[in-house]
Amino acid sequence: MNVLVYLIPISLVLGGLGLGFFIWTVKSNQYDDPEGDARRILSDEYDDHPKR
Amino acid sequence: MTATMRPPASACPACAAAPAAVAVAAQAPQEAQIALSLPTIHCAACINKIEKALNAHPGVISARVNLTLKRASIAAEPEVTAEDMRTLVERLGYEAHELDPGTLSSTATDRAGRALLMRLAVAGFAAMNVMLLSVSVWSGAEGPTRDLFHWISAAIALPAIAFSGQPFFANAWAALRNRQLNMDVPITLAIALAVVTSVWETSLSGEHAYFDAALALTFFLLAGRYLDHRTRAAARSAAEELTALEVPRAIRLKPDGTEETVPVAALAAGDLLRVRPGGRMPVDGEITEGTSEIDRSLLTGETVPVFAGPGQAVSAGEVNLTGPLTLRATAVGTETSLHRMADLVAVAESGRSRYTPLADRAARLYAPGVHILSALSFLGWYLATWDMRTALNIAAAVLIITCPCALGLAVPAVTTAASGRLFRRGMLIKHETALERLAQVETVIFDKTGTLTAGTPEPENLDQLDRADIALALALARGSAHPLAQAIERAALAAGIVAAEVSDLTEVPGYGTKGLHQGHEVRLGRASWVGATPSDKTATFLKREGKPAIAITFADRLREGAEEAVTALQASGKQVYLISGDSAPAVEALAQRLGIGKWMAEALPADKAARIAALADDGRHVLMVGDGLNDTAALTAAHVSISPASALDAARVASDIVLLGGDLSPIADALRTAKSATRRITENFRLATLYNIIAVPLAMAGLCSPLIAALAMSASSITVSLNALRLR
Repeated sequence: MNVLVYLIPISLVLGGLGLGFFIWTVKSNQYDDPEGDARRILSDEYDDHPKR
Repeated sequence: MTATMRPPASACPACAAAPAAVAVAAQAPQEAQIALSLPTIHCAACINKIEKALNAHPGVISARVNLTLKRASIAAEPEVTAEDMRTLVERLGYEAHELDPGTLSSTATDRAGRALLMRLAVAGFAAMNVMLLSVSVWSGAEGPTRDLFHWISAAIALPAIAFSGQPFFANAWAALRNRQLNMDVPITLAIALAVVTSVWETSLSGEHAYFDAALALTFFLLAGRYLDHRTRAAARSAAEELTALEVPRAIRLKPDGTEETVPVAALAAGDLLRVRPGGRMPVDGEITEGTSEIDRSLLTGETVPVFAGPGQAVSAGEVNLTGPLTLRATAVGTETSLHRMADLVAVAESGRSRYTPLADRAARLYAPGVHILSALSFLGWYLATWDMRTALNIAAAVLIITCPCALGLAVPAVTTAASGRLFRRGMLIKHETALERLAQVETVIFDKTGTLTAGTPEPENLDQLDRADIALALALARGSAHPLAQAIERAALAAGIVAAEVSDLTEVPGYGTKGLHQGHEVRLGRASWVGATPSDKTATFLKREGKPAIAITFADRLREGAEEAVTALQASGKQVYLISGDSAPAVEALAQRLGIGKWMAEALPADKAARIAALADDGRHVLMVGDGLNDTAALTAAHVSISPASALDAARVASDIVLLGGDLSPIADALRTAKSATRRITENFRLATLYNIIAVPLAMAGLCSPLIAALAMSASSITVSLNALRLR
């Protein structure tokens, strides 16, 4: 059962990373335009220098 | 939105207007924020095309299209106007409307939604991890391993609950401070008691800890809250967009006689304003120059246009029809009659404030019951065993089992499903209890002008007239933008009539048009101007020199779906009334056409509200459908109210539901959906109660392990959500 010493922290850290990334996506407005973003990925025009 | 509608009343209109003017002046040198509504965009190519075109404009700093909201937000140099941007997009072949960025204050609700989502995410993360640890405890972990797992669970659960549970704690505290009980009091108590007993048990290396139950409870309840918030935020943002479409601007005359376009908020009493034909009066005022006709149907419900000339007073909200008018503003902003009327409405007791939502009624029965049960089991066990630890453990189990997890989901899950369904059919549910109230309706009152009728006239008696007369009327009508003239033009062209030859065509604003036909003067216009006897119907008159005038009478065109809506409502056994501010013959004609037996004409705004109050006193639940300022008091007084999107802003604010399209037929459908939604809600309450009836005796008998608690809670929440999805 000693393996738990590693496994529990690892699983918590991984889960925590997922949570952290989710919070980051919320904070950086990535859910403002789900429909538009789903379509934009299909666009073949690249903008290497967006104005903002 | 109400806040932007009614700024605090001020004793001096100029003071109220001045700060707004200062604010506008201070903004001017910075970059301009422009918002456009793009209702027709639908694809990746549209986004690309519009963004590229906008960004190519030299004055634009950045432009971004949001496909979900069908909106473009543009940051530009101050000299770029929204009109430039609009024409730019329209030239690409997309419909575009300017939005007032000041009204689109969705950021505040956005922040609340985001905070809720974050709490939900933290609660979900913690619940999953603790549940995993609990599974190993349930499947037989013992001794130090169990204690270790319990301690880890505690380490995850305590901070997670402290963060995620805040909305419940705050609400419960607010209710307790007002010496009231709401749903959040038992929730908070259950969470707190579960955590405290679990920590105590863990420290004594006990067998049962309820960390997983406390977290699952928080997670499910937050999910309900989030659904609720999302539904309301979507409705609010759509309602805001309707308001933002009416950008309040006015044309002010500078002392040197030149015109400038300014926001209505910057106007002061005494300003000279120009109102073009087709424009709406921005303020109350007095006409100083020009003659025209004005349409007051949104204020009074009358369909017959009124003559307007110098010296006459006009009210904000009236529409100028024919000639340009110059006004001297007498009252601006909150002092206008339009706003005073809106304030009267705010004072009146509204139908919605008399209504107690189903969830609150359930909570009133539920909260005391839960507390009494829990306290009784604590006392019973304590007196039976004199063991504080067992008694507290059982009390906590009872609270967790009875905690209104499913009840918290029962209402939001159903309202979200129903609102989404109705939104797709073009109905915007603005108020959270509107659906429940709509389900109780058995009396429907319609306004006439602008609600059952589209507000656009149609000539009635063209087929009884001589073709030569119609040809002449068509020729004269072409010289005017007056709605009646345009109606004649449309109908005559549809009948395949070619215009007669008329020379020297001139429009006399406020009266009509005249010209020369075969050397004789011909006129088309008001009765008094052509020398005819006025009729009580909407009519215009054709007059040839030396001959009697010919009347062309008009009836309002029915709004799409009006007939279907009325028949469907009557077929489902609802009483339908027609109450209008218009003259009796016009109202009677429409009532007969639609088969409405009970009608009332020439009703003042107060009459409408009084009629509704009388019906409410008889114990009837009234649905009011109206659009004008004269309906706002009635819309507020009714049990539930609907207004079309074309309604005046004040009427839309006063109503619970807004019809987004021009079609009225979804109303009957909405009543049906509301009924089945309410049925689902009560079903959900019953389901949740059933689970409690089974699980509570187990908990009180001390047979309830954390495993049973977790099972009962999850199972009831999932059943309730699935039941909500069955909604048709």
